[in-house]
Amino acid sequence: MSGHETFQPQNKALAWFERRLPVFGLLHSSFVAYPTPRNLNYWWTFGGILSVMLVVQLVTGIVLVMHFVPTSAGAFDSVEHIMRNVNYGWLLRYIHANGASMFFLAVYIHIFRGLYYGSYKDPREVLWILGVILFLLMMATAFMGYVLPWGQMSFWAATVITNLFSAIPLVGDAIVTWLWGGYSVDEPTLKRFFSLHYLLPFVIFGVVLLHVWALHVVGQNNPDGIDVKSNKDTVPFTPHATVKDSFGLICFFILFAWFVFYIPNYLGHPDNYIPANPLQTPPHIVPEWYFLPFYAILRAIPSKLGGVVAMFASIAVLVFVPWLDTSKVRSARYRPLYRQFFWILLIVCIGLGYLGAKPPEGGYVIAARLLTAYYFIHFLVILPLLGYIETPKPLPASISESVLKKHAGAPAAAGAVRSPERNG
Amino acid sequence: MRKLTVALALLATVVAAPVLAAEVGAKPDRQAWSFSGPFGMFDRAQLQRGLKVYREVCASCHGLKYIAFRNLVQPGGPGFSDAEARAIAAEYQITDGPDDTGEMFERPGRLSDHFPPPAPNEQALRSRFGGALPPDLSVITKARSYESGLAIGLLDFFRQYQEHGADYVYALLNGYEDPPADVEIDGAQAWNRYFPGNRIAMVPPLSDEQVEYTDGSPQTVDQYARDVAAFLAWTAEPHMEARKRIGFQVMIFLIVFAGLLYFTKKKVWADAHA
Ligand code: HEC
Ligand code: HEM
Repeated sequence: MSGHETFQPQNKALAWFERRLPVFGLLHSSFVAYPTPRNLNYWWTFGGILSVMLVVQLVTGIVLVMHFVPTSAGAFDSVEHIMRNVNYGWLLRYIHANGASMFFLAVYIHIFRGLYYGSYKDPREVLWILGVILFLLMMATAFMGYVLPWGQMSFWAATVITNLFSAIPLVGDAIVTWLWGGYSVDEPTLKRFFSLHYLLPFVIFGVVLLHVWALHVVGQNNPDGIDVKSNKDTVPFTPHATVKDSFGLICFFILFAWFVFYIPNYLGHPDNYIPANPLQTPPHIVPEWYFLPFYAILRAIPSKLGGVVAMFASIAVLVFVPWLDTSKVRSARYRPLYRQFFWILLIVCIGLGYLGAKPPEGGYVIAARLLTAYYFIHFLVILPLLGYIETPKPLPASISESVLKKHAGAPAAAGAVRSPERNG
Repeated sequence: MRKLTVALALLATVVAAPVLAAEVGAKPDRQAWSFSGPFGMFDRAQLQRGLKVYREVCASCHGLKYIAFRNLVQPGGPGFSDAEARAIAAEYQITDGPDDTGEMFERPGRLSDHFPPPAPNEQALRSRFGGALPPDLSVITKARSYESGLAIGLLDFFRQYQEHGADYVYALLNGYEDPPADVEIDGAQAWNRYFPGNRIAMVPPLSDEQVEYTDGSPQTVDQYARDVAAFLAWTAEPHMEARKRIGFQVMIFLIVFAGLLYFTKKKVWADAHA
């Protein structure tokens, strides 16, 4: 974590404090002097965006809790009370509900950025796995949050998803009863989901700290996927990354505001404005958009247990990506074959999302099976093989060289293909 | 490139997959609502007429439990004066209590009261309609929608179309027709083009000249349906006008701020690229 400069407080009181707890030095080395690669593009602003979105969800969530009533008789009414009678309650709720979607949009971009530029490779495996854990925690948090307004979709999504655990042999039914706190989704379920929905974001916060710590130990990857070699390859975090991240964040907020102020219910399901009714199953039970690809995988497998296993496996496989990818080159910029497969994977995931919203019948099921199979083939077959059959393009000798070349339009430097790995 | 072709072929299978016919009603037409779009606002006179239709027709079967009489005065709504809203409230008898002797009693409504329910409880209401339940209408325009397909759905993001619920309510009230010849229907039900499954336990509630308008608007089913649908769009989203107004200010702020940041960024990074 050696920065361009170190923190030397001039103020006496500050210096006194710093000798006892060097917290300002830590902040300074992490967010001011911290060297960031010179060639980062805007896909690198999403980490900062995610951090801000977490704070947005925490702040709006904590205020919503002040007015929310976690009972089956009171939840729906209390959300309407927030929307109508609480000062700017509509704003809080629309920010929180759409904020969850924006959070997932950002995390999906962040994950695919990592896949494209090989950010999961040595030495960033732990950083990547912490990211997968964050993704899982986010999914659990968002799922339980969606249950809270206690509309029809809240109730039936909770029923469908908790029921998945009944697929576990022998103990499945007992587990489901335990999760529900009864023999169906009911008030005990709502209350425990509420408690956990409040808790998990703070767990996320903790894991984010580890994630950032791991990042600052190994340093950021960059679009060329080569290691930082000298001071010429980096710029200090402040002002360079700070101003660039801020610009990215504000552009992201424009999209966010578009949803919150103009089409706040665009991403929601109208059935969730119907109070939960255990006696009436909606014609189609669909999760929020960000779960759709996984929902498609779940329903693509003809057996319930198989579907559940496939769904969890589709996330678990990400943990192993650092070892499944056998290529020595990180960035898809220099991987002509991998680059094509990357885009196919993206299209397949979007296709799965589309299928997740469709009823599980006829051609939709067949298509979902094909795409599910492809999803796993990508990670388990294509990714390991590519490292052996692909000839990477020559890598630039250094980050600064690649930046200067791009901006001066100079002819390509004939850097040999080297292994950029394992040399710190 | 070959891989891309494969991917596109896969995608084509997906899109060409047979469309499933679930129990859905006909697709409502879109209406030109005054409150649609980024600057769309409610038409006060229309909301007042819609309230009249609700009170004189729908209220006998449908509740409006999230709306209090004080909401009628609130900015961004039908724009009644305080005195007018008090007068409307006073026309209702509200059950209050218990009093000092433990008895419930009736008294005229006040601004803080909500519109009273059409029946003391759900069972009482259902028993009037052979088990069917007339839903509370407070959020009905957010609780109903219709499928427009992927392309139109994406387009709606850009043109900010959110008025599907109002389209549906308007269409439903105008959607009564004779059932097909081979269909038997008993007197407690009616045939509606737009209702999922077509058999609806709400017999046509509106007829021409039923509600008296004092502002010269046509006294037709079509106009009543339009007005009450607009009114219900307001009850579902009473802060819509504030939302769009603040939204515009926020947008201007964000765009200007983004512009300033963009040029700051260029300046800061100028040396980093040299
Ligand atoms: C005579 C009683 C009665 C009156 C008057 C009445 N309704 Fe209904 N309404 C019903 C019943 C009963 C249902 C439930 C229908 C069903 O589920 O089959 C219903 C259902 C509805 C629905 C929901 C349809 C759906 O998609 O589930 C809407 C919207 C509606 N009414 C609007 C109105 C409006 C607006 C008015 C006033 C113009 C009105 N109703 C007047 C009895 C009534
Ligand atoms: C990781 C961050 C979070 C995510 C992804 C998230 C997601 C969600 C979602 C999807 C909903 C349903 C919104 C709706 O349809 O109405 C919701 C509701 C809710 N959340 Fe969160 N949330 C997060 C953090 C928090 C926090 C930190 C709190 C409180 C401390 C909180 C409190 C609430 C409450 C009270 C509701 C119910 C009110 C409502 O439905 O608007 N949330 N959350």
